[in-house]
Parts: sequence; C-alpha cells; structure tokens
Amino acid sequence: MADIPDDLHYSKDHEWIRVEGDTGTVGITDHAQNQLGDIVYVELPRVGDSLEAGGVFGQVESVKAANDLYSPVSGEVTELNETLNDDPEQVNKDPYGAAWMLRLRLKDAGEVDKLMNAAEYEDYTKKITE
Amino acid sequence: MTTAPTPLKQTPLNAAHRRLGARMVDFGGWDMPVQYPAGTVEEHLRTRRHCGLFDVSHMGEIEVRGTDAIPFVNRLCSNDVTKLANGQAHYTALTTPEGTVVDDLLVYRFAEDHLLLVVNASTTEKDWDWINAHRGDETVKLANRSADFCQIAVQGPDALAILQTLTETPLSEIKYYHFREGAVDGVPAIISRTGYTGEDGFEVYAAPERAEQLWNRILEAGGHGTTEGILSCGLAARNTLRLESAMALYGHEIDETTTLYEANLGWICKLNKGDFTGRERLAQQKAEGVKQKLVGFEVTDRGIARDGYPVLINGEPLGRVTSGSPAPFLKKNIGLAYVPVEHANEGQEIHIEVRGRPVAARIVPVPFYKRERKTSQ
Repeated sequence: MADIPDDLHYSKDHEWIRVEGDTGTVGITDHAQNQLGDIVYVELPRVGDSLEAGGVFGQVESVKAANDLYSPVSGEVTELNETLNDDPEQVNKDPYGAAWMLRLRLKDAGEVDKLMNAAEYEDYTKKITE
Repeated sequence: MTTAPTPLKQTPLNAAHRRLGARMVDFGGWDMPVQYPAGTVEEHLRTRRHCGLFDVSHMGEIEVRGTDAIPFVNRLCSNDVTKLANGQAHYTALTTPEGTVVDDLLVYRFAEDHLLLVVNASTTEKDWDWINAHRGDETVKLANRSADFCQIAVQGPDALAILQTLTETPLSEIKYYHFREGAVDGVPAIISRTGYTGEDGFEVYAAPERAEQLWNRILEAGGHGTTEGILSCGLAARNTLRLESAMALYGHEIDETTTLYEANLGWICKLNKGDFTGRERLAQQKAEGVKQKLVGFEVTDRGIARDGYPVLINGEPLGRVTSGSPAPFLKKNIGLAYVPVEHANEGQEIHIEVRGRPVAARIVPVPFYKRERKTSQ
C-alpha cells in the first residue's frame, strides 16, 4: 500500500504539497513513483518562474517514458531541489522527503483547499487502480 | 484507467504475473506485464549478468505445411529459406512490393514440408491475412497456431545452466538459431536457442495449459528471489535489452514505410535467391543507394531521447528517433533514428529535440552492447 502522509495536500495528478505559511513544497506521491518505476531524470523549472495550478512545471522520466509534472497550485518558484539532477532515484526512495522538487510562494492560499486530503487521496488512488 | 472497447487478450501466464506483483499494461491489445516489483533497471541488469525470464506467449505462430512450404515462404519473405536445415531458424521479413516491411519474424524449419513462422503479437492477424491473400499455386496448408503455444524466454549468461536442470536435451549442443524438440520438466517443448535481449538464451514453446508449470519450475530452478538468481522481467526490460543490442522493433524501426536497406537489414535481403515480393524495388534501392538510414546515437548532453522526437542536423529537423531510452547496463541515454544518408556517419554530431530544446548527441556504431561470445555458441 502506498504511503500517504496526513499532513500534506494532494492533486489528482499525484503531486503533493506541504504548506508552511505562504510557502508550498511540492513533490510527487509514493503512488506516483511506484507507478512510474525507476526514475532516471527530473527536469525542473527555474527559480522565479510563475506556475499555474494544473500547469506543467517539469518532467519526471522513468526508463520507460517521460511524464509531465503538474503544479498543484499557482505561485512563483523560490527554490529548487538541485540534488535531483544527480540523484533522481531519490524520487523512488523518499518521495515525501529528500525528493521534494520545488518550493513556491503561494499566489492564492484558497487553491490549497481545492486539493485532496490524505483520506480523499487514498480513496482516489484506490478507485483508479481498480 | 481507460476502458478498452474489447477485452484485452491474456496469455496463459496472466495470473502468474499478477501473483508476482507485476504492473500490467495494454500492449497492442494484450494485458502484459510491463515490470515486476524489482523494477526495469534491475530486471535488465539481472538478464545481462545472470538470467531473466520473459513471457512472450503473445507472439503469433503460423504453421506452413505442404510440399511447397519452402518455395511459398521464400516467395513472401526476404531471407533465403532454402538455406535452412531441419532444426534451424532464421530472422526474416515479410515484404511488400515496395520492399517495406509487413512484419519481421523467425522461420523455423521442422522438415522440408513443415515450417513455423513466429510473428509479432500486434501484427499476427495482419500477417495471417497477408499470407493468405498472397497464396499462389503452391501446395501449402496454413494454420494460425497462435493459441496453441505459450512462449517463455530464458535469457542471460546463466540461462543454459538453469534450463539444463529441467531437460535431458543437451542444450550446449543446440547452436545459436537452432532448436530441438524435447521436454522441459516433462512438458513436450520446442527448445530454441534464440532471443531478443542480446544475451545467450533460449525460447521455449509449449502447450499453453502447461505454461504455469514451466514458468514456475524455471523460476524455482533459477533461484528466483535470490539476489543473483533468475528474475521475471517485463516488457519494459525486454525493450531496453533489445535496444542496447540495436535490434529492430516492428512499428518503431521498421514498418510499411521503411525498407530493409534503410533499416540496415540488408543481411536478410537475399536478392539472388530468386523472386520474392519487393525484390525488384529492393534491388533498385541497393543499386541506387538509400536516401535515409537507421543509425544509433548516444546523447552527450543532459536529456533523454524518446520515440518520435525530431533529429536536428545543423539545426534542421532532418530525421526522427524511432526508439530512445536510458540504457540501464551502458548507463547512457541511447537511441535509434532515421537520418539522411549523407549524415549517417559515425561521429556525426546531431541534436535531439527534447520538448522543444535541442539536446546534443552523436552517431555511434551499433550494436551499443555486444556480449562476449563463448566458444560453444
């Protein structure tokens, strides 16, 4: 069973966001990394880029395929996890910790309320894997 | 997940894959394992270093019997079937009158009047129709035997030793691209020294109702579950293994728009064997030279080339990637691509357009990976 921490918010595209004040930290879920398989490449935006909720902010590539990364909320990128350039496999090993992808300054805190909580995301992943 | 209009076809090993925790995908209408919990990289490496086990029961089998079996197949395919001895197989192509490829396949010769064509899963029906539509006055009896066989590939340097524990057939006596009829774990089987991984290994054909028995017994014999034992492998590893070995995949490197010479398959194009479908056009192309050619490339910049990405030469989009992937054993990002023949030279600098961004790459010799061959093969 995929790990789904209680303190995060989740998007239908399988990204998570941890909100601290007006800063959000974004990554992909355990379910997502498990579905993708061995991650070999992560492509991130630039600091200062403006992201739209639901917009593509980068790519995560497994051996098999390239997959879009979607921003769960809107905001400006303030920090990137550069260690993923050399160690993309962190996404498989620690998707909620070492493999955070970027931090952004939230544009509209209200967008977070539209995301799923852990229980809702668990139901959601169960439904789509049936 | 999307709902398919028709139910997916299953191999006799479907339940076995699910028990092993495989992630299943729709592969050309077949419900197939793309990878198991070990993951594609480990499956790939295990096959290179020890042994991988693959369910390839989705492949099609078409039987050709009759006194004219050989001349009939020789007329439809590009390689020379008359050169096969009993117990021997070869790689060939069903060609169109334009010299392009209906399908690539293996032809097994059991007897002068008995051949078996092993074709791609997604093209089995097309091939069956094509072969039937191109019957002439030869005396042949055709049968689509696809449902009568399971096919299990045991591949890698330990494949022979593992399989040998289950059969009395002396496997080391079977030469590369030869086969014998025997038994594996008491199950009547065709044991063929062939594969699609670039490793030594065998493909075992048997009755589908014995597939699970064979699969489980081979896993057991190979020490499945141990770090250096046999590992079940999905289609993703099958693809990366064949790509490192630069073997063509139908629908990618070859299809009805690419000719054998463009795809570097001139070696299965026997122009002097007598007439066959597409011979005239192929002879013409051989004389005049091809305009585009399949080449191997290595990405030298950060980025991964994928199927369908444009190839830029001096900034111009002049080619396309047919297969691109990280290569787990070589630890490089590699691919195959069609480029204009004047640029198809080793060392040529090219760019792959990755999501709008040109990524540097270089044309390199193929195969990217070549195993060290032992003397017995």
